[in-house]
Amino acid sequence: MSSVAKDIIICKDVHKWFDRLHVLKGINLTVKTGEVLVVFGPSGSGKSTFIRTINRLEEHQRGTIIVDGIELSNDIRNIAAIRQEIGMVFQSFNLFPHLTAIQNITLAPMWVRRWPQEKSEQIARDLLKRVGIPEQADKFPAQLSGGQQQRVAIARALAMQPKIMLFDEPTSALDPEMIKEVLDVMTQLARSGMTMICVTHEMGFARGVADRMVFFDGGEIIEQGTPDQIFSNPQHDRTKLFLSQILH
Amino acid sequence: MATSADTLGPPPASVGVIGWLRKNLFSSWFNSILTIICLVLIYVVLSQLLVWAFTGARWTVITDNLRLFMTGPYPPDQVWRVWLVLVLLSLLFGFSAGIFGGTIRTLGTWLGAGYLTLAVLPFGGDGRAWLLANLGVLVIAFWLGRGRVKWRRWLIVAWLLSFIVTLVLLGGLGKNPYLPEVSASQWGGLLLTFMTAVVSIVLSFPLGVLLALGRRSNLPAVKLFSILYIELVRGVPLVTILFMTQIMLPLFLPQGLRVDIVTRAIAAFTLFTAAYMAENVRGGLQAIPGGQIEAAQALGLNNALVTLFIVLPQALRMVIPATVGLFISLFKDTTLATIVALLELLGVGRSVLAQPEFLGLQTEVYVFVAVIFFIFSYAMSFASYRLEAALGVGKR
Repeated sequence: MSSVAKDIIICKDVHKWFDRLHVLKGINLTVKTGEVLVVFGPSGSGKSTFIRTINRLEEHQRGTIIVDGIELSNDIRNIAAIRQEIGMVFQSFNLFPHLTAIQNITLAPMWVRRWPQEKSEQIARDLLKRVGIPEQADKFPAQLSGGQQQRVAIARALAMQPKIMLFDEPTSALDPEMIKEVLDVMTQLARSGMTMICVTHEMGFARGVADRMVFFDGGEIIEQGTPDQIFSNPQHDRTKLFLSQILH
Repeated sequence: MATSADTLGPPPASVGVIGWLRKNLFSSWFNSILTIICLVLIYVVLSQLLVWAFTGARWTVITDNLRLFMTGPYPPDQVWRVWLVLVLLSLLFGFSAGIFGGTIRTLGTWLGAGYLTLAVLPFGGDGRAWLLANLGVLVIAFWLGRGRVKWRRWLIVAWLLSFIVTLVLLGGLGKNPYLPEVSASQWGGLLLTFMTAVVSIVLSFPLGVLLALGRRSNLPAVKLFSILYIELVRGVPLVTILFMTQIMLPLFLPQGLRVDIVTRAIAAFTLFTAAYMAENVRGGLQAIPGGQIEAAQALGLNNALVTLFIVLPQALRMVIPATVGLFISLFKDTTLATIVALLELLGVGRSVLAQPEFLGLQTEVYVFVAVIFFIFSYAMSFASYRLEAALGVGKR
């Protein structure tokens, strides 16, 4: 990371309740431009909820979140501005089934960024080439494999030219032989300098690409550090236990 | 054998006509008996019906009153305006068939075949020339429009404009000598059935979508209004609403603005169908997974864009079968307009039967009316089926 990197995401004491259930218990986390974060932890630990608060798919009830200098509030213009700068990739792809791959990608550039159709389509075709499936542009999602769908979803998020990418367990719904093709795209994206927060249990990816790993449990950040520190010298018992369970 | 299993043909008894018969009609002794009983029943009913239709029936009641069945009390010397509207629609249909192809082309073929059949039938009068003109226009427009994808936008504009042109042509321009006014109360027969059905369908669709969205709105006032409207209208019989609009609509409108009975009936059909349409659409809206909306929001689309581009297209596509069913039943329910003294197709039938020279010919008249309703209902059903297939409902 260069020395001029600034803090692009700042979370201070973020709390979130679902009804009476306290799911985020004071998260403090700062992410620098270009940093690649891997968030991991047991299911129900609040890691997905946490990254969803960053683009306001979930509302936090206490604390502050500042993204790219804009504080998240209920102001609808702030939310719109933030969402344009953050791309998100979901576990279940969530491609729009009634649109072709290229229409999925060009929709937001044309209607949110207001770019002309030719420019949007050019961007979309370049992105499909980058994720390795230029020949699938005119197919509908149901005609694509899981791995191809997730790569279209990544291209769709990138088409808005976001500053930050959020990945919410992007490979959990994929067959084993398709995981690699998605991780390759993510690795290439990380190398290109994108700021990324990935909720994932792909520890090979974390070891190879992450700048920092964050361990969530019970709605709190238990431990964080470089992959080296986390894998070879975890400090906390819960981290050790969890790693021993997933690393077989 | 060196060849693999996948080169083996199926067993001979399972293919071809014999195989199909054996598998579907005579698979067991019980099934065989059922097949034979059904065949006998079909033969008895069909043969009697055909014998009656070709020897016993007095179809002159239809041919003698054909103008009444088609246009009702529309002034006979102005009927050319109805024909002209039909020519206009044939023109647009021909272009649509050429430009869009597919299902519209199939329906266009049927329409052309229908024109030709009617022109060949011995009805006499100047109808034959008009029918052939329609056929010619249909075919020429089809040839001109073939494959011209760029005309699509203009064609949709033309269809919208044709709506206004039709109303002006049929209703006339007041005291204009060439197009004297023909008030809506003089419209009748199949013409009136079509007008009420088409206008009600076109108006109730957007109204129903808005009500469905209103029912799911976050604004309490909008939500309450939508729920009240939908539940109230669905709780009242259509006949009641028809009577109520006849009496109450003039009360709500400013003094001096008189609304003819056709418009009042259309208002009733529209308001009634919109409530059911709303519930259909709501079913579709509920079936959209939350992930779709989240994905669209995450891209920065605002609520209006999410609804317009993501939610509605998927929801409406899902409810095509139910919606077309609703429109078919609306089309048939327009016969209820007879009870508020409108002479639509069934009403004309009843008034024809009231004439002394046609007494006792109920069967002929009602069979004729039923066949007409069946033809158009089936065409709608067929178009819906093909549309679902083209849009991949249930597949993607």
